[in-house]
Amino acid sequence: MAKDELNTFKLVGTRPDRPDGLDKVTGRARYGADFSLPGMLHAAVVRSPHAHAKIVKIDASKALALDGVKAVVTRADLPTGLTGDEWDLQENTLAGEKALYDGHAVAAVAATSKLLAEEAARLIEVEYEVLPHVIHVDDAMAEGAPVIREGAADPTVPEGLHPNVVKYMEFGRGDVEAGFAEADLVMEKSYKTEATHQGYIEPHACVGQMGSDNKGEMWVCTQGQWFIRKMSAAVLGIEASQLRVTPSEIGGGFGGKTTIFMEPLSLALSKKAGGRPVKIVMTRSEVLRATGPTASASMDVKIGMKTDGTITGARAEFRMQGGAFPGAPVDMALYCAFAGYKLENVQHIGYDVLANRPKCAAYRAPGSPMGAFAVESLVDEMCRELKLDPIEVRIKNGVQTGDRASYGPKFGSIGLKEVLEAVKDHPNLQAELGPNQGRGFAVGYWFNHNGETSVSMAIGEDGTAQVSVGTPDIGGSRASVSLMVAETLGIPYEDVRVNVVETGALGVNEPTHGSRATFATGKAAVEATQGAIKEMCRRAAAEWGIDEEAVEWADGAAQPAGPNAGKFPPMTIKEIAAKMGSTGGPISGHHESVPDGVGASFGAHVVDLEVDPETGRVTILRYLVVQDAGRAIHPSYVEGQYQGGAVQGIGWALNEEYVYDDKGRLANSVFLDYRVPVASDLPMIDTVIVEVPNPGHPFGVRGVGETGITPPLPAIANAIHDAVGVRMTHLPINPPKLLAALKAK
Amino acid sequence: MTKVHVQTKINGDAVEFLADPRETLLDCLRDHVGLTGSKEGCGTGDCGACSVELDGTLVCSCLVLGVEANGKTVDTIEGMATGNDLHPLQRKFIEHAALQCGFCTPGILVAAKKLLEVNPDPTEEETRYWLAGNLCRCTGYDKIIRAVMDAAAEMRQEVA
Repeated sequence: MAKDELNTFKLVGTRPDRPDGLDKVTGRARYGADFSLPGMLHAAVVRSPHAHAKIVKIDASKALALDGVKAVVTRADLPTGLTGDEWDLQENTLAGEKALYDGHAVAAVAATSKLLAEEAARLIEVEYEVLPHVIHVDDAMAEGAPVIREGAADPTVPEGLHPNVVKYMEFGRGDVEAGFAEADLVMEKSYKTEATHQGYIEPHACVGQMGSDNKGEMWVCTQGQWFIRKMSAAVLGIEASQLRVTPSEIGGGFGGKTTIFMEPLSLALSKKAGGRPVKIVMTRSEVLRATGPTASASMDVKIGMKTDGTITGARAEFRMQGGAFPGAPVDMALYCAFAGYKLENVQHIGYDVLANRPKCAAYRAPGSPMGAFAVESLVDEMCRELKLDPIEVRIKNGVQTGDRASYGPKFGSIGLKEVLEAVKDHPNLQAELGPNQGRGFAVGYWFNHNGETSVSMAIGEDGTAQVSVGTPDIGGSRASVSLMVAETLGIPYEDVRVNVVETGALGVNEPTHGSRATFATGKAAVEATQGAIKEMCRRAAAEWGIDEEAVEWADGAAQPAGPNAGKFPPMTIKEIAAKMGSTGGPISGHHESVPDGVGASFGAHVVDLEVDPETGRVTILRYLVVQDAGRAIHPSYVEGQYQGGAVQGIGWALNEEYVYDDKGRLANSVFLDYRVPVASDLPMIDTVIVEVPNPGHPFGVRGVGETGITPPLPAIANAIHDAVGVRMTHLPINPPKLLAALKAK
Repeated sequence: MTKVHVQTKINGDAVEFLADPRETLLDCLRDHVGLTGSKEGCGTGDCGACSVELDGTLVCSCLVLGVEANGKTVDTIEGMATGNDLHPLQRKFIEHAALQCGFCTPGILVAAKKLLEVNPDPTEEETRYWLAGNLCRCTGYDKIIRAVMDAAAEMRQEVA
C-alpha cells in the first residue's frame, strides 16, 4: 500500500522490457526440444496400456533387429538396491515387476530417427498379467481394494488401515469439541476435487549423453538443473558431480518440471549406444498420462461459528491420492486450509493414499487449492446462513503479524488484513448483477519458500555486471534479478546481464519453485553484489590512501563516507573496473545460503459470473485478484503471476479433470479433451498489488507465484451459489454437473 | 520410407528439403530446415504453438504434412521481423509483458498477425475468439489481448 511513499527506489518497481524478450518474440529462444547435437539419436518410450499389471516378459529382439536401432533399455539395465524416494523415482522412470498406471514407462529405445524409434517401440513385445486396479482415493482406502504395493506405509499409519494408506497425520491445538459446543452454528460438509495437470504448453524434452566412464551431460527443460542431476544420478547409480546438466529455456512448469520422468533414460540409452547423444521429446499424450499431475482429494470439514462470525472451532479431514507412490500434498493442504483464520481450537487429519495413477508432482501451491475449496466453501455457506458479510468475517477472524498460524508457527509480517481492506475498496464490488449472475469471494494462502541458493556475479572490464543464477527463468526472473542488482549497484538496468547457468558453474540451487526465485535468488544476488561493492570500495580506498571503512557506495560510485574521510571525487564503477587488472585482479561477489526471512503471501479473489440455466455453462464476467506481493520488483510480471494463477484456478474449478475409463485408462489425454481455459472463455483479469514489505528481503519481496491458483476454486463455487442457489461440492463444476444440480433443485 | 523432395519458399527464401511422407510440416521446419521457432505443444492441432502461414492461410503446421508444402510458401515466426525491425506485435508483446515462459508466443504472434491483416480493428471479443485456438497457460491471456489490440491501434495510425 502507499507504494509511492515507501518506494524510493530508482529501478525496483519499474517495468522495463525483459532481457530475454527479443529472443522470445522472434523464435530464437531455445527450449528443450530445440536442442540437437551431431550424431544424435532419437528415443521413444514403451508405456503400459494397463492401469495395473504384472510385467511377465519384455522381448525387444524384433526392435533390435531393425537397421538403425541402437539401444533398448529396460529396468534390468538400471542398478538395484535403491530405497525410499530414490527407489520411487527409479520405479517411476521404468517399471520393475509391475506397471502401476496407464502410461507407466516399461522400456525405451534409441534409433537414428524419431520415426524409426517409434516403429521400434511398437515392435517391443511386453507380456502383461492384468491386475485389479483402483483410481479414486476413497475406493483405494476401502476394504478389499487392490493393494498397489505391500509395505509402502510409513510408521505414522495406524494399524487396521488399508495398505494403500501410506502416511497418516494428525495435528492441531485446543479442544475442537469444546469449540464446536461454544458455537451458535456448526456445519459439516464433504468436498471432492479431481486431479488436474499443470498443462505447461512445452512437453518435456531432453538430450542426454553419457559414455562408458559414467561421465554425462544433459540439456533439458527443467525448473531445476540440480534436482535433475541428483535424481538422474541416483536412478542410474552414477556420481552427481559427473553429470553436467544445462537447462534450456522452459516452456512452463508450474511445479511439474521439478522432478525427473524420462530424463535418465536418455543417459542410459546413450551409454548403451556407445555414448551417442539421445534426444527424448514427450508427446502431449505422454505428458498427460505419465508426468506428474496433482492429487485428487476427498475432504470433510467441520466449522463452528458464533452469530457474530467468530469461528470457535475447525476440523479438517483430508484424503488424497497422489498416484502409485507416496507424496500427495495432503500435509500442505492441511497447513494451508485454515491459514487465514486465527483459531484456538483446530484439528487436522490427513491420509496419503496410493492409487493406480501417475506419480503426482508439485502444482502451484501444492495442496492449497483443494483445502481452500473445502474450507472457503463452508465458511461462505455459514456466512450466508448467519447473514454475515463474508469479507467482514474474514477480517474478524483473519490472522495478523505475530499470530500463531493454524498449523503451528507464528506468522512474521503478513498482509491479509491489508488485502481484505483493498478488496472492500475495489469498484468491482459495486458492479450490478443481473439474473443468474452471482458474486463469489475467497481467500488463499501460500507459505513461499527459500531453499538452497547459490549466486555469483562479476564486474566486467567496462563496469557492467554479469550475474550467474541457478533458477531457470520461467516468467521474468531475469528481469527482476537484473532490476535488484542494478538498483544495488546504482547502474542502468541494461548494464546487468543475468545468465541461468549449468550445474558445473555454481553450488547447488533448488529449482525455480515455491515462489522462491525473486525472493531467494534475488536476495542472494543482492548479497553477492554487496560483496563486489565492498571490494570496489576497498580498491578506491587503496588508491586514495584512506581506510576502506571511510568509503561508501552511492550512485554507482565509491565515495568518501563523509567530510572527515578526505576530499576525493567519486570513483565510478567504470573507472574501478577499467583498472581492476592492475589493482588486485577480477572483482566478483558470490553468495551461498538457504536465505532466511521468507514472507508468506495471502490473496483474495472476487469473481462475478453468469450461469446459463439451460446448459449449466458458467461464464466469467469479472475477475479480481488482490494479493500481497511484499514488493513488486517488476509489477507487470507480478500481475502476470496473479492473472495466470487465477486462470489456472478457473480451469480447475470449471473444466479440468483427469477422466478414467473402467479399465483405469486416462480417457482425455489430448488438449481437445483435457480442456484448459482459452482466450474466449475469459474476461480481463483485474489485479491489485498490495505491498506489505517483507522485512526478510532487502527489497521486501515475498514471492507471488503460487497463492493465486488457490482462491478461484471456492470463489467460483461461492459465486455459482450466489447466482443460482445450488452448492457445488465436487469439482470441476462442468455444464453437465451443474445442469444436473439445477434440475435436482 | 522413401523420402520426397520438397521445394518451398520459406520466409521469402527458396528452400528445399527431403521429407519422409509421414513427417509433418512442423517436423520438417524444425528438424530439416532448422527453424525451431514454431513449437510443438500437442501435435493434434489443439494448442496453436506451431501456427504458420501456408500460402497465406493460417494453419497448424502439425496438421499439415511436410510434402504438402511442395510448391507453396511458408511464413513462420522467424520471418515476422524485417531484419532488426520488429513487427509491431512483437514490440507490443515485449512492452506489455504479454509472455511469461514464451513457448506459446511464436504461434500467438503468427496468428495475431493474420488477425490484423483480415481485421485491422478487432474488438476484444473478436481478438479473444480469433486466438481461442492458441493456448497459453502462463498469462491468463489478459496482457496478450491488450498487446494485440495496442499493436492494432498503432498499425492503424501508421496506415492513416
